[in-house]
Amino acid sequence: MSEEKHHIVPYRVYVIVLMALIVLTFASIAITEIELGAYTVAGALLFAGIKSYLVLTYFMHLKYDKKYIVAMVAFVFAIFVVVLVITFLDYLYR
Amino acid sequence: MEQNAHIEHDHYDAEASKIGMWLFIFTELLLFGGLFVVYSVYRYVNPDAFHLAAEELNTTIGAVNTILLLVSSMTIAMSTSTLQYKKKGATLALLAITTIIGIVFLVNKYFEWGVKFSHGIWPGSEHLLNDFSQGEILFFGLYFVMTGLHALHIIIGLVIILVAAYRIHKGTVNENRAALLENAGLYWHLVDLIWIFLFPLFYLLT
Amino acid sequence: MQNEHAANEANYLKYQGKYKGLFAWIFSTDHKRIGLLYLYSIMSMFFIGVLLGLAMKFELLAPGKTIMDAQTYNATFTVHGVIMIFMVVVPGLPAIFGNFLLPIMIGAKDVAFPKLNLLSWWLYMIGVFLVIAALLFGNGAPDTGWTFYAPYSFKTGTNLLPAIFGAFVLGFSSILTGLNFLVTIHRMRCPGLTWSKLPLFVWTLYGTAWIQLLATPVVGITLVLVALERFFGIGVFDPALGGDPILYQHLFWIYSHPAVYIMILPAMGAISEIIPTFSQKQIFGYKAIIASTMAIAFVGYLVWGHHMFTAGMSGTAQYYFSLLTFIVAIPSAIKVFNWISTMYKGAINVQTPLYWGASFIFVFMIGGLSGLVLGSLATDVHVHDTAFVVAHFHYIVFGGVGFAFFAAIHYWFPKIYGRMYQKSWANTGWLVFFIGFLALYSPMFYLGMAGMPRRYYDYLDEFHSGNILSTFGSWIMVTGLVIIVVNLVRSARKGKPAEMDPWHSKTLEWTVPSPPPLENFDDIPVIAEDDGPYNYK
Repeated sequence: MSEEKHHIVPYRVYVIVLMALIVLTFASIAITEIELGAYTVAGALLFAGIKSYLVLTYFMHLKYDKKYIVAMVAFVFAIFVVVLVITFLDYLYR
Repeated sequence: MEQNAHIEHDHYDAEASKIGMWLFIFTELLLFGGLFVVYSVYRYVNPDAFHLAAEELNTTIGAVNTILLLVSSMTIAMSTSTLQYKKKGATLALLAITTIIGIVFLVNKYFEWGVKFSHGIWPGSEHLLNDFSQGEILFFGLYFVMTGLHALHIIIGLVIILVAAYRIHKGTVNENRAALLENAGLYWHLVDLIWIFLFPLFYLLT
Repeated sequence: MQNEHAANEANYLKYQGKYKGLFAWIFSTDHKRIGLLYLYSIMSMFFIGVLLGLAMKFELLAPGKTIMDAQTYNATFTVHGVIMIFMVVVPGLPAIFGNFLLPIMIGAKDVAFPKLNLLSWWLYMIGVFLVIAALLFGNGAPDTGWTFYAPYSFKTGTNLLPAIFGAFVLGFSSILTGLNFLVTIHRMRCPGLTWSKLPLFVWTLYGTAWIQLLATPVVGITLVLVALERFFGIGVFDPALGGDPILYQHLFWIYSHPAVYIMILPAMGAISEIIPTFSQKQIFGYKAIIASTMAIAFVGYLVWGHHMFTAGMSGTAQYYFSLLTFIVAIPSAIKVFNWISTMYKGAINVQTPLYWGASFIFVFMIGGLSGLVLGSLATDVHVHDTAFVVAHFHYIVFGGVGFAFFAAIHYWFPKIYGRMYQKSWANTGWLVFFIGFLALYSPMFYLGMAGMPRRYYDYLDEFHSGNILSTFGSWIMVTGLVIIVVNLVRSARKGKPAEMDPWHSKTLEWTVPSPPPLENFDDIPVIAEDDGPYNYK
């Protein structure tokens, strides 16, 4: 089974992704320093979401993996969001 | 048991190991997921107190630790490539860098917690219970639990990396049997992934 | 007897590995031996749980103090619940029959990670010892109920920490078993065994494993938070520090409701194997059963709030949870329909497993329908925290999982031990047990409706007759249990040797000798295009 050829990711890809991640980190620091009220949380989470997408796709090799693993990961994140939303059905309307 | 050794030799399945690791990562995600639910609820209930309490945290240390973890994520990801290129020395060097960065992260964390402790802020401390509002108590309770649990995962990740490095050194993990290194990498990225969310939620939303 | 070269052909009960005696079992990574380790350890815990249950029923024989005071009663129902839930029904079918059968049913030699599998059993035992330690040492057995509700769980003076830690370790064991099964099902099916040819028991194990994986960590972290609350007072569930005890309930039931489906799905899977075998007929609606299994696993994850209707949730959340609770009843009903349709016009072969299977359907329906009473908001307010709830979940958890367990143990007994059980005693045991079960739990529906609260060691005089009937029922049921167990233990040693396929079943485990050899198959089987797990003439 080890004959299955491994996709070797070139170093360049990793360096570019790291640069992007660092830029996004500074961008998220910058955006939370602006007074956006309730949108601050949304902004911070948006940047965190993009960063985690990059980590999952490139560092964790999901881009090169079989599709069903991607589907599982997506499912797990989706079910977490659903659980969070349902919990807030209680707290939002209490 | 010889029969069992027999089974394992026949049965090296890199994909099975990979799925196994992913499934384990799912449980870790939901472990922290439970804490994120708690955090979200209390942030929603006590928005002002959470803002106030977050001012107490040092954004610079948080940002430095974030960048450190991102760099270490890259180095361990690169080590999976160097292993495939059969560059054993470079692989071990990259793992060494990753380990050192992980330790530096923990040292930073130690000093960060130390400053809090010297201010009299720790879970259940007199100062915290008497002079802070309920929302702030919750914020610091969650701060210590979540960053503490995260630090625990850093330590576990480091142990796995060291085991992988040892096996690479011995040659039992190599370009044909890379599953252990790949899994160590996946676990380390998970630790990074969780920090990507912890950092803005605790340090940035002031 | 076996000599050296024949070692690999020896059956799994007899072969000689590196270790001897007990160690040949507790260090074995053979999935069949691990399955039996689970069988023996889970059954031991089950008997302790039964004894505690008997003690509770005895206390309720008459109003006032009968044999124990209130505090002892509180500890008794707590320990009964912790043992029965975390150590018996949650691991029950997956760990015993899943371990034993999953690799054989998919044509593999073992699970994907045999050592991890053994580790799971060891973790299970560590969890068991921790909980037992909580009972025997420190300031008395925990008295919080198995739900460990905050804030009482960090205020009580009893010895709660080891119990919580034990539950955490048991959860870890459960997660690793689920992980192992998922990888096994994904990677180790034999050639030709496509997803649409998997036996239904394997499908239910698949759904169960996903719930084990995704729900257990949530209760894990919740229990850690309770422990930290006890140690440090972090405040997350302490109303005095701004915490919200209802949030504890949310997190607890995010696991513990899906846990009900961890219990019941493999039970349904076992029944889905037994019904077609003893009807000698293709299962009705194979795809519908798979779809309903996955639907139960998924929707069951999202209905936890129906345990909290009277806790002080928002009205919006109550409507939502009630609605989804009704929806989750549909796939269960689909399964019942499929089982009955399978039997219709089948060549019914009346054997002990079918008695258990048919009575499973009966008690499961009563349990399920009474669940709807609890799922609708208005009626739940009336019966919440009464004996009605106790009756409902014993009909589901004990009636469902317990009956399916006994169905399964009789069905696969010839495969596991290579011997037949004694049929007339097995049937007698079933009948006595079934009558006792009905007498034990049915009066509780009435008592609950009439307003008798649960978890009280005392009750008003007007509830006396119902409780007497219930206590008598417990004695009858235990008599049946003794008959069943004695018969099985005797038959395992002295029963007449079993054939390879005594029930003329079509799934793969019946194509290997009884008991199976060490690595199950000499050659990995290949499933042909027109083969299937239920292809009866």
